[in-house]
Amino acid sequence: MNNYDVIIIGAGSVGTPLAMYLGRAGKKVLVLDEKPSPGQGQNKRAIGGIRATHSDRSKILICQKSLEIFSTWEETYGDPIEWEKGGYSYPAYTETHEKTYKELLIKQKKYGLNIDWLDRDDYLKMFPMINPEGLRGGTFSPDDGSASPMRSINAFYFNALENGVTFHFREKVIAMEKKGTQITSIRTDKGTYHGDVVVNAAGGFAAEVARLAGIDVPVNPDSHEGGITDAVQPILPTMIVDMREAPGSKNYYFYQHKTGQFIFCITPSPAILGKDERPTSRFLPQISRRMIDLMPILKNLNVRRTWRGLYPNTPDGFPIVGFTRDVENYYNMVGMCGQGYMLGPGLGYYASKDILGELSTQEKEILNDLTLYRDFSGQEAFK
Amino acid sequence: MSDYRIKEHPVLDIPPTQEVTFFWEGREMKGQEGEMISAALFANGVRTFSYHQKDDAPLGLFCANGQCGQCTVIVNGRPLKACMTPLRSNMRIEPLRGLPVLSAEEESGTFHEIEDVETDVLIIGGGPAGLTAAIELGKAGVRTLLIDDKDKLGGKLVLQTHKFFGSVEDSFAGTRGFEIGRFLEKEVRSLSSVEIWLDTAAIAVYSDKKVGVLKNNETYVLVTPRIILNATGAREKSLPFPGNTLPGVYGAGAFQTLVNRDLVKASDKLFIVGGGNVGLIAGYHALQAGIDVVGLIEAQKDVGGYRVHKDKLVRMGVPVYTRHTVVSANGDKAVESVTVASVDDSFRVVPGTEKTFSCDTLLIAVGLDPVNEFHLQALDFGMESYLAGDAEEIAEASAAMFSGKIKGLEITGKLKKESKKIPAEWTKKMEILKSRPGRDVEPQTSGHNQGVYPVFNCGQEIPCNPCTSVCPKNAIYIDPENMMGVPVFLEDKGCIGCMQCVAICPGLAVTLVDFRKESDMPTVTLPYEFGDKGLNAGDKAFVTDKAGNPLGEYEVISLRKAGKVSNTYLVQFRMPAEEAKKAAGLIIQEDHTVTEPLREYIPEIRDDEIVCRCERVTAGEIRELIRKGVRDINQLKAITRAGMGACGGKTCQSIILRLMREEGADVSEITRDTLRPLFFDTPLRYFAGIKDGESHE
Repeated sequence: MNNYDVIIIGAGSVGTPLAMYLGRAGKKVLVLDEKPSPGQGQNKRAIGGIRATHSDRSKILICQKSLEIFSTWEETYGDPIEWEKGGYSYPAYTETHEKTYKELLIKQKKYGLNIDWLDRDDYLKMFPMINPEGLRGGTFSPDDGSASPMRSINAFYFNALENGVTFHFREKVIAMEKKGTQITSIRTDKGTYHGDVVVNAAGGFAAEVARLAGIDVPVNPDSHEGGITDAVQPILPTMIVDMREAPGSKNYYFYQHKTGQFIFCITPSPAILGKDERPTSRFLPQISRRMIDLMPILKNLNVRRTWRGLYPNTPDGFPIVGFTRDVENYYNMVGMCGQGYMLGPGLGYYASKDILGELSTQEKEILNDLTLYRDFSGQEAFK
Repeated sequence: MSDYRIKEHPVLDIPPTQEVTFFWEGREMKGQEGEMISAALFANGVRTFSYHQKDDAPLGLFCANGQCGQCTVIVNGRPLKACMTPLRSNMRIEPLRGLPVLSAEEESGTFHEIEDVETDVLIIGGGPAGLTAAIELGKAGVRTLLIDDKDKLGGKLVLQTHKFFGSVEDSFAGTRGFEIGRFLEKEVRSLSSVEIWLDTAAIAVYSDKKVGVLKNNETYVLVTPRIILNATGAREKSLPFPGNTLPGVYGAGAFQTLVNRDLVKASDKLFIVGGGNVGLIAGYHALQAGIDVVGLIEAQKDVGGYRVHKDKLVRMGVPVYTRHTVVSANGDKAVESVTVASVDDSFRVVPGTEKTFSCDTLLIAVGLDPVNEFHLQALDFGMESYLAGDAEEIAEASAAMFSGKIKGLEITGKLKKESKKIPAEWTKKMEILKSRPGRDVEPQTSGHNQGVYPVFNCGQEIPCNPCTSVCPKNAIYIDPENMMGVPVFLEDKGCIGCMQCVAICPGLAVTLVDFRKESDMPTVTLPYEFGDKGLNAGDKAFVTDKAGNPLGEYEVISLRKAGKVSNTYLVQFRMPAEEAKKAAGLIIQEDHTVTEPLREYIPEIRDDEIVCRCERVTAGEIRELIRKGVRDINQLKAITRAGMGACGGKTCQSIILRLMREEGADVSEITRDTLRPLFFDTPLRYFAGIKDGESHE
């Protein structure tokens, strides 16, 4: 009765699409989450940007898959997940940024990514509302885009349900029994279950869940704050990422969602470590002047709501995915570093094949880069 | 051009104003400098303010309180809430059609530092509870900051033109609400430790224990209080039915704002849904403003408000239909009629009982919800926070005044680290004032045909006793320990015919019968609150009994102002003895066609009923998800957007909970939605410390 092929811990951006793919493959899947419904952890705090224009192979290929899933979802399954192909753009105001972006372009183009450098004049033609002072130009990748995290995850959730997946909400995993190198059972506050494979997709709580299996994962969340405005007529479907630093903050980014609302987020500096998800009074004064300085037109937007969410970070800024050596039926899908939403569907697709043993040699390489057993000395360029 | 201004009012003064010109859709219109744009538009007969981006549905005023954003219009190119934006000369105002265009800006403006201020107590809301709390704190010298999002203190007291219930000594019974507001304001302003910021909304509370406020509607300030007192009052419940978002369907609070604050004749023909005190009083206010009241419905078998309020309305000619519900509001662009029907014991419509009435406005007065999200979030963030007044428990303003006093004293004790004993008397009074109406009791009447004596028509136990306080002979008795009783006239103490009890009764439920001149044609004195313009000695008027049955048409023998009681008149008739003893009121609304149903029955509009007004989400969409097993309101919100709009779920939450219960969801399974800042949408520039006007220098 309580035996499953796969038990997934976490019904969030990562666990839910994985469950969907495993359910489609006919597996008996149980998803456990202590929250009352899907996506109540970090998913609903994501701002919705989806890009394949990363700096390394694994994330580029995974997000290309994600983009394919997001962009075709509505026409295939009917759920309006608010996908919009608005692109991403990194304006450059410093020589260093210009140099970094141009160097990355070469690598990105090698993977077939549609991204280009726009000179100052072309950039101003494309984004006439941007502050021209000191602008050197910027990148633009038109195939990237955005969708509603909350609507997407619910679309994946209902699709998973249709494919026979069982979800238990308001149920917290408290222990894992092991025998040798196998997890034999999972105990929650409501029951005990057996899974042939146990997947950790616990987002901000990945390290705690891994520890239950006797595994250490270097995942340490920090928090970022985000906000959303009232809706206005569409003027900026593109995600603008300003990588400059300012006192108290690193980069910040914003775009206009398909509903007409602007959504924005900032990276505090120094990082605020820990799991506090309660909004602070620092955020709005900090981001408002940076956004308005970059685009004066934004000053008349009405802010509607703000929130704070976690970036489950790893030392090198890349996720940790795959089986482990010490516990053979335990599978990591952790440390998404704030990109669980955009990585989720693509990763769910590949990880489900990995769990089922169906990955091609080429596909295996994608996930090999994300092994727990790498040395974590690299650095994600856009971290 | 239509002019819907109230030119004279039996109770309210019409202050002088400065006329300005503005433009609506390019048409020139006249308004008053500084009045809210919503009032100016209503005064010019404009009731449709915007068209929803989802389905072009016409929308009008709904809360008139800055809470919902449904009245957003484009003012000189910027989208602003009509109910919160003062009118200025030459404003160019357009309806909002779909999404607003973000107005172009070349300059970012000057960024100023955000000011941080500290206070011992932050009181949010300057209504009856906030004011009385501030008085207690001020008397004790506690550093207090009192903020209110309106330009005047008093909260909803400002709108209350009727005399208050309760007792004279401690809750100003017999005095009109707006006058009470002025007394309290005067006292607060005399206290040096209380600072008052008007036009200042509390827009957010943060986990670092700061409260974000928008001072003077434009300067963002972070306040760090040691203690918060939420005296934020209540908001009206919404009701799902076909046509519920048509312009012309709005809450009783919005109506009172338009009529009693803005002095706009908001309607020609009004229909009221809900027989609590709010709905009943709104009906009376409408009559005083010269608005026809077509009828009032109540789903229960009796009205929930004070019977004196209901009787008063019925006597004046307003039909009250109990065990009725609203089937639909009908009309293309605005309300043209309402269809109502009888309900059975399970509150289901009884087919075939539908009636349709012509009206232009449908008031929804189906109860109030406390505005307490600020408090809940503050507690969540570990702040010390208290509630007073309606924000704590919905009751009469007289109870709110006690609740504020008590909380003020309690907080003083907390801060001064000494135990402040709350007078037992206060708590007791507050509890009595909070009481729901009690038993129906037929007051005793002298019944004989000699001398002079009062006749009481109140017939229901309510917390009220000013008649006992004003009688110079102490001849009117209600147990002083429990003012819930009905008054008794003590024959042996005698009556001198001074008529003060007639004048002071807030329920207009005391009359005086005087047999001294002629024992078979005594003189009857009735209270009258419609000024001395419409009725004169020598005129004929229809006098009714307590239940509104006409006793006949009689000649007015005198009409005069009742001494100290503001704007109350005493009208006298000579009537046959038996009739005289029954006389209780006058028919004010004489035109019977107003209250008659239309011949044609307008069938129910089978559109899905709107639950979330901001995002126009229907009951059907929500029900489908509940049936699929959704029990987390956050998930419902994620999928349907219900509650994601400008108002932040302030109006749809209680309806969604109701739908969940209707679908059999167990309360323990339901997860409420997560509270987050902000509570009001606020321009981004204010967070950057940009000052309006400065950027154009």
